[in-house]
Amino acid sequence: MFNLMAELFSYPFIARAVVVGILVSLCAALLGVSLVLKRYSMIGDGLSHVGFGTLAAATALNVAPLTVSVPVVVLAAFLLLRLTENSRIKGDAAIALISTSSLAIGVVVISLTTGMNTDVCNYMFGSILAMSRNDVTLSIVLSIVVLILFVVFYHRIFAVTFDETFARAVGMKTGLYNMLIAVLTAVTIVLGMRMMGVLLISSLIIFPALTSMRICKRFFTVTISSAIISAACFFVGMILSYEFATPTGASIVLVNIFVFLLYWVIGIGMRKAVQK
Amino acid sequence: MTDALISCKDLTFRYDGRTAVTNLSFQINSGDYLCVVGENGSGKSTLVSGLLGLKKPYFGSICFENGLKQTDIGYLPQQTEIQKDFPASAYEVVISGRLGTEGLFPFYRKKDKDMASEHMEQLGISHLRNQCYKELSGGQQQRVLLARALCAAKRMLILDEPVSGLDPVVAAELYRLMLKINKELNITVVMVTHDIRSAAAHGTKILHMDGQPLFFGSTADYIRSEAYHKITGGGHRNV
Repeated sequence: MFNLMAELFSYPFIARAVVVGILVSLCAALLGVSLVLKRYSMIGDGLSHVGFGTLAAATALNVAPLTVSVPVVVLAAFLLLRLTENSRIKGDAAIALISTSSLAIGVVVISLTTGMNTDVCNYMFGSILAMSRNDVTLSIVLSIVVLILFVVFYHRIFAVTFDETFARAVGMKTGLYNMLIAVLTAVTIVLGMRMMGVLLISSLIIFPALTSMRICKRFFTVTISSAIISAACFFVGMILSYEFATPTGASIVLVNIFVFLLYWVIGIGMRKAVQK
Repeated sequence: MTDALISCKDLTFRYDGRTAVTNLSFQINSGDYLCVVGENGSGKSTLVSGLLGLKKPYFGSICFENGLKQTDIGYLPQQTEIQKDFPASAYEVVISGRLGTEGLFPFYRKKDKDMASEHMEQLGISHLRNQCYKELSGGQQQRVLLARALCAAKRMLILDEPVSGLDPVVAAELYRLMLKINKELNITVVMVTHDIRSAAAHGTKILHMDGQPLFFGSTADYIRSEAYHKITGGGHRNV
């Protein structure tokens, strides 16, 4: 085990990927608790598709992918939130609309420029090789900013998630905090997208929160437990993917599924025990 | 100089393109226990949104007087769907009532924690502190939300259908608590309910509405009024 780890970290690109991956997993897990409880789980999925479109466009235009993706996806997050709030088009339909549109645009742009090749596969399912050194620095800085903002606004995020009407009635600027959640989510998704893949990044948001909610009863414990589960699953998934040469994103999701089932069974057991 | 806290004048609210409330004028004085009664769809909840600053009146004005601020008002909402499977301890819910008043400081101060504990004590839910909110009974949940509202309420408490869905015993208990809050903590209470008999039994003032105001005045006058007799068939002595 130790040898394996030493071997793993002797590759600088893997070491970089692990650092970024763990930070992004933490961000995703923390925000995920609020998103899942607000019934916004699919926003993560929608945003990752938008991210795919912008990545494709950025590659075609030959500009740094993260610097284009972050602002565009943040904008999309604003838009999705607005649509979900003043819903003429229902929220889930709006998300499906935006995500498929972006996917289509992205695919067309790619096929017109570089042609459909392994790049597309990497975008879809993720690759740890996707990160350049500049990307890594930016990712680390941004994810630390996300973590700090989450901690600073933790209580307010709780209030807005638990009961938005009450929060607004007692004078909190709920619109602002919803925006904050959306922006942080957008940034997190763009950062994690290329490692986890467009199709799998939302699992990073949804799984840890749902897993923790099988057992934990308090918002605080759910939050902490999600963070731990997320980071641990990422790490284990990473090692497994290296050992068995499986795609990183998918391996991490498999570990998450396993932990979810485990918690689910434990949760049922605990409820049975209480009833007796 | 009166001791009015909120004066509403010629209020009209529109909701989804139709008029929900018309020509409503009344005032809430310090120390009042005002019950707003009426059938479903009579504009009660719209009025509450207006008082809470969540909805702008289409016409007319809502004036806060004698230094009342939006953040002095606590609010007990109707229970919403999302809360029913929410992982949160009773204490976490209660103390979140302090957030409106805190300014920008990100964490709870000692004062906030003391206040949350104090209100849980007053409502007899201290022992539920670390229990999961969703696992509490309806009456207990309502007390938790009431404690949260008290954490936010410095001078006024607005309650939207606080007893709907509770059994009569628990509901009576809640009415008793509200009276205690009104008298002992000296907090002005505005309660929306469709339970007219209980409103007449507990409130000191009644606002009866059906889109437009049917009656506004003291409870004693209300019991003798036509609006009350129409609804209850004159059976007020059985309250």
